[in-house]
Parts: sequence; C-alpha cells; structure tokens
Amino acid sequence: MSMTQFISLFQAAIVFGTVILYGAIGEILTEKSGNLNLGVPGIMYLGGIAGLAASFFYELDNPAPNPAVCLVLSFLAAFAAAALGGLLFSFLTITLRANQNVTGLAITIFGGGVANFFGGSLNTLAGGVGQISVAATSAVYRAKIPGLSSLTIGDFPLGNLLFGYGFMAYLAIAAAIVLWYFLTRTQSGLNLRAVGENPATADAAGINVTRYQYLATCIGAGISGLGGLYYTMDYIKGTWGNDGTIESLGWLALALVIFSVWRPLNTIWGSYLFGALTWLYFYIPNLTRKDMELFKMLPYLVTIAVLILISTRKKRENQPPAHLGLSYFREER
Amino acid sequence: MSAPVTQHEPAVRMVKRDTIPTWKAWGIRLLAVVLALLLSGLFIFAVTKLNPVAVYRGMFEGAFGSERNTWVTIRDAMMLLCVGVGLAPAFKMRFWNIGAEGQILMGGILTAGLMIHLGYTFSTPVLLCIMALASIAAGAIWGLIPAIFKARWGTNETLFTLMMNYVAIQLTSYCVALWENPAGSNTVGIINMQTRAGWFPKILGQDCMLNVILVMTLTVGMFLYLKYTKQGYEIAVVGESANTARYAGIKLSRVYIRTMAISGAICGLAGFISVAGAGHTISVDTAGGRGFTAIIVAWLAKFNTFVMILIAFLLAFLDKGAIEIASQFNLNNDASNIITGIILFCIIGSEFFINYKLVFHRRKEAAGK
Repeated sequence: MSMTQFISLFQAAIVFGTVILYGAIGEILTEKSGNLNLGVPGIMYLGGIAGLAASFFYELDNPAPNPAVCLVLSFLAAFAAAALGGLLFSFLTITLRANQNVTGLAITIFGGGVANFFGGSLNTLAGGVGQISVAATSAVYRAKIPGLSSLTIGDFPLGNLLFGYGFMAYLAIAAAIVLWYFLTRTQSGLNLRAVGENPATADAAGINVTRYQYLATCIGAGISGLGGLYYTMDYIKGTWGNDGTIESLGWLALALVIFSVWRPLNTIWGSYLFGALTWLYFYIPNLTRKDMELFKMLPYLVTIAVLILISTRKKRENQPPAHLGLSYFREER
Repeated sequence: MSAPVTQHEPAVRMVKRDTIPTWKAWGIRLLAVVLALLLSGLFIFAVTKLNPVAVYRGMFEGAFGSERNTWVTIRDAMMLLCVGVGLAPAFKMRFWNIGAEGQILMGGILTAGLMIHLGYTFSTPVLLCIMALASIAAGAIWGLIPAIFKARWGTNETLFTLMMNYVAIQLTSYCVALWENPAGSNTVGIINMQTRAGWFPKILGQDCMLNVILVMTLTVGMFLYLKYTKQGYEIAVVGESANTARYAGIKLSRVYIRTMAISGAICGLAGFISVAGAGHTISVDTAGGRGFTAIIVAWLAKFNTFVMILIAFLLAFLDKGAIEIASQFNLNNDASNIITGIILFCIIGSEFFINYKLVFHRRKEAAGK
C-alpha cells in the first residue's frame, strides 16, 4: 500500500468512524442504565433528519444564512429530536413497562420512516424541485482549521491527517472522554452504573432509579442522534440519501458498543478500526466486487468474536451491565 | 429532615391486575388501534392537508381494491406470519432471536442457488423439495450457532443473533455479485423466467395459494406444538423461569438448542417461500426488514399463532395501503413505516393498561387525613 493510499484509508476510517462513535457513546450511556435500546438506527435517523430539516427551513427563508445560526439550529434540532426518540423509548419501557427489544425495534422502524419520508419529500412539500441540499450549513460543519490543516512535514501531510476534519470529529472524541470521566470518576456515574447492574440494590440505597434511567436514555439518545447529524452534514455534505445507510451504521454502532466492552475510551480507537475494516477493500488491488462484499463482513465477524470471547473468559469487568435489557419493577423485588 | 414529613400520596397509582376478561383486553387493544389511526390521520393531515378519511379509503383500495391487490396483501401477510410463527417458540422461552432477518436470507440464498444450478436437472416438484430441505437446514444452522454459544457459555443471544444478520446480508450481497444476471446490473434478475423451474405451481389458479397452504399449516402446527406437546410445555417453563426449569429437571441447554433449530428452520423456510413462491430472485431485500417486524408481531400476539394472523394482516394492509396513497398523492413509500410505527407504539403501550389498573387518588380522602 502506497503512502497516499494509506493516508486516504486513514482519513476514510476517521470520517466513517466518527458517525458510529457518536452512536456508540450514546448507547453506552443508555446501556449503563440497564436499558438496551435497539432503536439506535432509528434515533440516528431522527437526529440526521431533524438537523437537516432545521437548516433547510432556515436556509429557505434566508438567502444569506448566518453560519453560527445554521450550526446552532441544526445541532440543537438534531439533539432534541433524537432525545425525544429516547424519551418515547423511556416512557414505553420504564413507565409503561413495555419490552425493551420490541420497543427499540419499533423506534427503528418509526425513525427510519420519518427520516426517509421527510428526507425524500421535504423539498417537494416546500414547493421546490430536486434533491434537498443545505450547502451553507454543510460548509460550517466541514470547515477545517486554517493553517493547521495544511501543515506538512517534508512530503507528509501531517496537518491534513490530524486536523483535516470538521469539528464534530473532535467533539466525538471529547464526548467519549467526558463519558469515561463521568462513568468512572463521578458519584452520579457510579450511581448510574449501580442502576444498570442491580436496580433493586440501587433503589434500596436511595438512588432514584427511574430518574437515572430516563436521563441516561434521553441524553444517550441525543448523543447517538449526533451521529446521524454528522453523517448528513459532513459525510454526505448536507444532502439526503434514501439508501438505508444510516440504518446499517446504527447497527454497526451497536456492534461497536459490544466490541469496546462498554468502555467509552475503547470506542474511540474501535470506531476508527471499524472504519478502516469497512473501507479496507477499497485499497486492496484486484478485488472483485464479490470479494468486497465479503470484506464488509469483517466488523461484524470481529464483533461476534469479541462477544464470544467475553462470554467464555467470564472476566467480571468485561461483562455487559448485569441488568441490561431487563425492566425493573420495584414491587417485584 | 426536621420538618414534619407530609404524606405524599401520588395522584395516580397502578395496581397489577390479577385477571382481565378477554373482551376487555381486546377492547383495550382495539382502542389502541383506533387511537393510532387517529394519530396517523392527524399526521397525514398535517403534512398533506388531505382529508384523512379519503386517505384511509385510498389505503383500503390499495390493499384490497382489486383481486390482484388482495392477493399481494395476502402474500405479504403470509410471509410476515411465517417468520412470526418461526420466532414464537424462541420468544416463548425468552430467547431473543433477533436474527430472523439473517435466517430468512440464508434460506433464500440456498433456494436461489439451487434454482439457478439445478433448474434443468430436476423436475419442479423434486426441486421444490430439495430447496425446501436445504433452506430449512440453512436457517436452522444460522439459528443454532448463537444457541450453542448461549447454552454452553451464556453468550448474549440478542447481540449475537443481531450480528449474524449482517454476516448473512453480506453473504447475500456476495451471492448477488456471483449470480449477477445480466452482468453489471448488480441484481440476480428473475430466475428461470422462461422455464419457471423451481417456482411454486399455481393452485386453484392462484400463484400464491401454495404460500397460504404452507404458512397456515405451520401456523396450526406451531399452535398445537406449543400448547399440547411436552416440548412445548418445556419451552413455556423455561420462558417463565430458567431456575424453575432447572429445578424441574429440564435440561436448559438441550431446550435452547432444539428450539432455536426449529425457530431458525422455519425462518429459513420463509426465505424459501419468499424466493420460490414470491420474488423468484434474491437480494438483500428478500427479507426486507420482515425479520424485525415479525419480532413485534410475535411479541404482541403473546406467541398465540392465531392472533399473529390478525396482526400480520394489519401490518401488511398498512404497508400496501400506504404505498398506494404514496403513489396517489405523490409522496414517498416511507410514510407506511411512520404509520406502522405509530400503530406499534400504541399497541405496545396498550399492553400496560391490560396488565395494570390505574387507581386515581380521591381528593375527599386526602382532605380527611
């Protein structure tokens, strides 16, 4: 592999990895409360379409959109819409005690429907023609740090390699570190983990189980939704594609949660590794299309291997939260 | 905490119901569906400013308006039902088989491959039997892998079966590239278009009659299996409590493995029906998300396969109907997933009101304290 190819794979891996990094960080926060939200794809869809719709209407009304307003509007809309998806999940599973898997899958169906419906017809509904596009907002998301990003050492484009991405790529890393700090170094984080491991004990210790679960699930969903926003604004440059990519990225984010054994810091390199594995086929010469399809299987095979490994090794610190996927009913203690 | 503690009695509290009359339970579910239709109508009106009643009429015509449309709806409902029936035993023992999508595709791949390669070797009836057996085996193996790991090491089956879907999807893409026809189209095309070798034969003049017969046989069979056999009883005990089952001398690992083989096998057969009896082609859309939707079908029906018929028809109707209004009113097909989602949320939520009773706190009592 030549140097240019390596650089290109490296960049592809980071951009791809950032999408699933958001999805996985949000889901780790959710799962630490014991809620297994299989609605991640739907939640990422909601975040993506809400961000897109917000800046679409803003850009429609303003011929000269203000970059800061573009950014704030789309970012808040994406987070809020995704968090609302999490709120729906929480209400059904925590308050109405519905089954988590079933509810999560329903959210995935619903979120995909909402996003693809509006993504495909927003422009038509607003009286426009052709594909939806929010060039001004996308430019804000794709802006690089001037100077730093064109730094080179000899021929090696170090600046482009490290600083050649939109700000959300760095925000994702920061979010993962903050989540790690929260879960391992703060009282609230410890309480949250207690809720996910053994809610009855947490309840007896005076922790408000319901509040922790609601908050973790809604904020977690909001963070996952940012993955959808990054995908629409940066990855596909402020357009919409009805090709189901966000859904498969959402499932990959769930895989990443397992791969990183529920640790936020592992998700950072894990997400880039998944990105590299996903795009590897592109850089191997003389591959037929058949072989490429087999290559795309790699992230899932690696995840299955990790899943098997952690279950056979039985190391306690590598297990999923003990109460993951189960509902907590106080009176059934 | 020196201040006197005021008695905080919540305005509403919930009480678990012991039993609920069947009519009442169904009344609640019906209300949920009606509520969902109202909500969807509101959504349709908000987006399109069309009269929801006209839209629902359009949906009904799309699903049942002509004989052809009706059969397409029946065919789709049967597919969904078949997968739901396959998932029923696994879910009844609380084994989360999220992998139906992959199991369908594995059955579909084998069916398509045999159809392509043996289409000129065997007569259609023989070929159909071979394809059915092969797809059953493929689905069963895809279901067995996570089951064996669950039985031996307690590997999380929800996540394992979920990942197996994507391995199957990529295998399908691989096969599509392998059997591409015509070259460069990235599809397999209709297999054996001229000879119809390996296609389901017409019965009573209907293309999909065999689908109906097969799936209804499975539906009745699974109902009897779960309700009246020893194995069905074991599944119920394991589902209620794994510890009770262990105490009663039921070998958990054997029940897990056996039941998942059955579950995967039926999902594999669904792939066979989808390829040989409906699409006559293979693509990653052969399963088309039915593996996931069927999970909801099986769960909402409380594993009663006859109730699944109703739910499968409701969902197939919504899907077909929404596609019809989408083309009539120039919207896109994804509206159907929004409406399906709203209906699912309402039914999922309604289960709470079947299991629990809300008791409202009366003000008079509070004043008396």
